[in-house]
Amino acid sequence: MVLASCGVGTALGAPADTMEQRVAPCLACHGETGADLESGYAPRLHGKPAGYLFNQLVNFREGRRYNHAMNLMVAHLSDAYLWEMSEFFAEAEAPYADPVTTPAGSETLRRGRQLATEGDAALNIPSCQSCHGERLTGVEPNTPGLVGLPRFYIMAQLGAWRAGTRRAAEPDCMHDIANSLSGSDTQAVATWLASQPVPEDPSPAQEPAVEPPMECGSVNLPGYEQ
Amino acid sequence: MIKKLFLLLALTGPFAVAVAQPAESDDDIAWGEYLTRIGNCAGCHTATGGEAFAGGRPVESQFGTFFTPNITPDPETGIGNWTQEQFWRALHEGKRADGKAMYPACPYPNFTRVQRSDVDAIYAYLRTVPAVKQENREHDLDFVASMRSLVSVWQALFFKPGVYEIDSGHDGRWNRGAYLVEGLAHCNACHSERNAFGASRAGDNAPGARIREWYAPSLYSSEEAGLQGWPVEKGAELLRTGKADDASTMGPMADVVYHSLQYLTEEDALAMAEYLHLLPNQQVESTVRLLSVSKPRLETMQAAGGKIYEESCQDCHGAEGEGSIAAPALAGNRAVLMRDPTNVVNIIREGGYPPATAGNPRPFGMPPFSHLSVEELAAVVTYIRTSWGNDAPPVSTANVR
Repeated sequence: MVLASCGVGTALGAPADTMEQRVAPCLACHGETGADLESGYAPRLHGKPAGYLFNQLVNFREGRRYNHAMNLMVAHLSDAYLWEMSEFFAEAEAPYADPVTTPAGSETLRRGRQLATEGDAALNIPSCQSCHGERLTGVEPNTPGLVGLPRFYIMAQLGAWRAGTRRAAEPDCMHDIANSLSGSDTQAVATWLASQPVPEDPSPAQEPAVEPPMECGSVNLPGYEQ
Repeated sequence: MIKKLFLLLALTGPFAVAVAQPAESDDDIAWGEYLTRIGNCAGCHTATGGEAFAGGRPVESQFGTFFTPNITPDPETGIGNWTQEQFWRALHEGKRADGKAMYPACPYPNFTRVQRSDVDAIYAYLRTVPAVKQENREHDLDFVASMRSLVSVWQALFFKPGVYEIDSGHDGRWNRGAYLVEGLAHCNACHSERNAFGASRAGDNAPGARIREWYAPSLYSSEEAGLQGWPVEKGAELLRTGKADDASTMGPMADVVYHSLQYLTEEDALAMAEYLHLLPNQQVESTVRLLSVSKPRLETMQAAGGKIYEESCQDCHGAEGEGSIAAPALAGNRAVLMRDPTNVVNIIREGGYPPATAGNPRPFGMPPFSHLSVEELAAVVTYIRTSWGNDAPPVSTANVR
């Protein structure tokens, strides 16, 4: 594992009155491809739906999502500013790294693929695709892509949802889904997702392909009443 | 501001509750909301991510952890049944509705300075916030402190109720500032060390206090957080916007500006800054024992720190510590020079943003350098404390852990 360092190598040049300079503290850890850190994994933010990023920033600020560094970082930032940061990263483009395949048995990959593309009706688990888009690159405005993320990051998030250290605005559908996944299912779906190449068009879908199977909560965007 | 009081008498049976219901105008309630913000009541009485004023926020102290109570108008779990008189006694005398003494974790030694009409306005406002049913959590205190009966003894020793009295030797603005700083804004609840019994030491050369692993610097020293050396306008700007020239509020003070002080009217901010500007400027007691560093060791640390500075800090803070649009100057910066290195170490290690306020809505921020080892951290802190004319004592690894 390569340990990247927060705060080093952001290489922004001379400070200027730009949004990029304003998000320098973010870029220190959230590089273009994400980074393994001693304290965990900092996912890439580039190209993710703005609504998704905004929800995460507000969740960190309001204590629904726990990460010590992030909780401190956004503690005194306004909705308007967090939204501006979210839009900045949503519009930023960056190449994806090649997927990392973890040695896994064919049964694990088969089950992971099944959960991601079909779900498991018997266990009341919808497929990932039904909300996160057919290409699994996310759906505007609030649903993130699931490809281009490392296996252990996906597993950590599903675990955090089960443990309640990652929460979303009610109804917190991912909490319910994570609780329905067994340990081996969690591992299977994370392994399969992490092994998928990122499609040529990595941008989030504009609309869901099918009627989403569950209602998921999100916070109001600044200036909008939902 | 004296309100006509309508007493609703319990006429319908033993379970109807008689609560004094003062008739309040919208102006009074708006004034109460303003005062509630300046007192930062929500800052303690709202848990992170919790309902406003419903309490449950942990407040760490030398005696254990206090959990703030619910002050929403819920009659069972909040203060919905409190009369205006009971609310006044709480803030003025530190007494709960049942007459028992309140722990001074609630800064009523400051709130007692607040005049009756202002307390009544806060009461009126708090009756308009959404009622939340949320049971209070028991404080988690050590054995002696958990005996509430001792709090009355504490009050007898350390607490003297009394509304602020105008000092005719000063003008109206100074008096307004004194009223706010000593009273509602309760600045010294954090900016003055507490004695062994938890009472704030005030008006002397006490150092600041430790708050959530930060150091709240003394307001009585221009080398710490004192505003004696600043123009009054600059002090007011820092209070309202969280930033003034090369000074920024970070850590717990950023919380205070974000939730409370940014709502100050310009007049009140100027008044507070004027009062703080005119506080006596003195040498405060040392808060830390800095281990001495030998000359060869100092030179090694400066060389190592200078290299880190060049690689990671210089782009924003400048080759001569002169700062840039995105980062404050470090040359001459008293957050760097202050004897106690706690805050500068926290800022480097954790990074963060000053508060986003109306006057500074899109602050630049500091990246976290959490990967630095204690040796590297001590080296870079020592480097910035001893370069470009800065002349603060070096900081050894023992002081940055």
